[in-house]
Amino acid sequence: MKLKVIVTPKAAVLDPQGAAVRDAMQHLGMPEVRSVRIGKYLEIELDGDEPGMESRLHRICRDLLSNPVIEDYELKTMSEGGA
Amino acid sequence: MKFAVIRFPGSNCDQDCTAALSGLTGVSAEFVWHKQKSLAGFDAIVLPGGFSYGDYLRCGAIARFSPIMTAVLEEAAAGKLVIGVCNGFQILCEAGLLPGALVRNRSLRFVCGIATTRVETDDSPFTLRMPRGTLLRLPVAHGEGCFFADKALLRDLNEHRQVLLRYADASGAVSATANPNGSAENIAGICNRGRNVFGLMPHPDRACEARLGSSDGARIFRSMVQAIEGQHARAA
Repeated sequence: MKLKVIVTPKAAVLDPQGAAVRDAMQHLGMPEVRSVRIGKYLEIELDGDEPGMESRLHRICRDLLSNPVIEDYELKTMSEGGA
Repeated sequence: MKFAVIRFPGSNCDQDCTAALSGLTGVSAEFVWHKQKSLAGFDAIVLPGGFSYGDYLRCGAIARFSPIMTAVLEEAAAGKLVIGVCNGFQILCEAGLLPGALVRNRSLRFVCGIATTRVETDDSPFTLRMPRGTLLRLPVAHGEGCFFADKALLRDLNEHRQVLLRYADASGAVSATANPNGSAENIAGICNRGRNVFGLMPHPDRACEARLGSSDGARIFRSMVQAIEGQHARAA
């Protein structure tokens, strides 16, 4: 089973990295860029597909992979061989 | 009186903490490896600065699951004094012992220098005999020390007087220019509601002797010693 987890800073949290990248993009001839937010992308492979796996994964997304105080996460299953 | 200094893989201020504590009368400090499971026999717990687990994922995110942290949570719940410095503060927030979070400095720069902090209340075991307005000059050295809390949490922290230190200028004024990392309301250190767990980004451990540029950090550790002596006296 393959999964991807995308972690992004919450809207209320300042993202100075994103702001620096936005400025650089504008500087490089894309004044259209209004905002950039930088997060994290994790690819996870795991064995088995037992019932309850999804709720265990969500729990570990909240406990370890993201910090709910400052971040949101999205958990997606990738079909084998595909994206 | 015995302090435990927890060593995580990547801690690098563990020596500073033990040296600072051992310099105090009647105090000894012992390293405790993060794989250990008990903190019995210690009077206080120190989570030192550094880069536990290389700061992978988020600062403190992996260290909070070290075996010793179960004991830290238990001892904190029982009222034992716990202080987390820099990376130790980040670990305490990740572990949920302190509210809020520490994020990338607003400037995106690693800050390294001396910060002036203002004591906000002497009503804590960490700030005894330091009336509101007392200034402490303490070193800062971090890339992710910007304290984040939403409006509701900030209101809560202020209402319960949990903010113990704010960054200030030399006259004691809390201003944007005195804020080294963009922390909300210039917050440099907070305690929990029970007032026995304290986290701060500045390093009291690196400011315990005049020849290091400041001995103000020792006031925080001496306050802890005094508070623990008080606990012992009450228990006797």
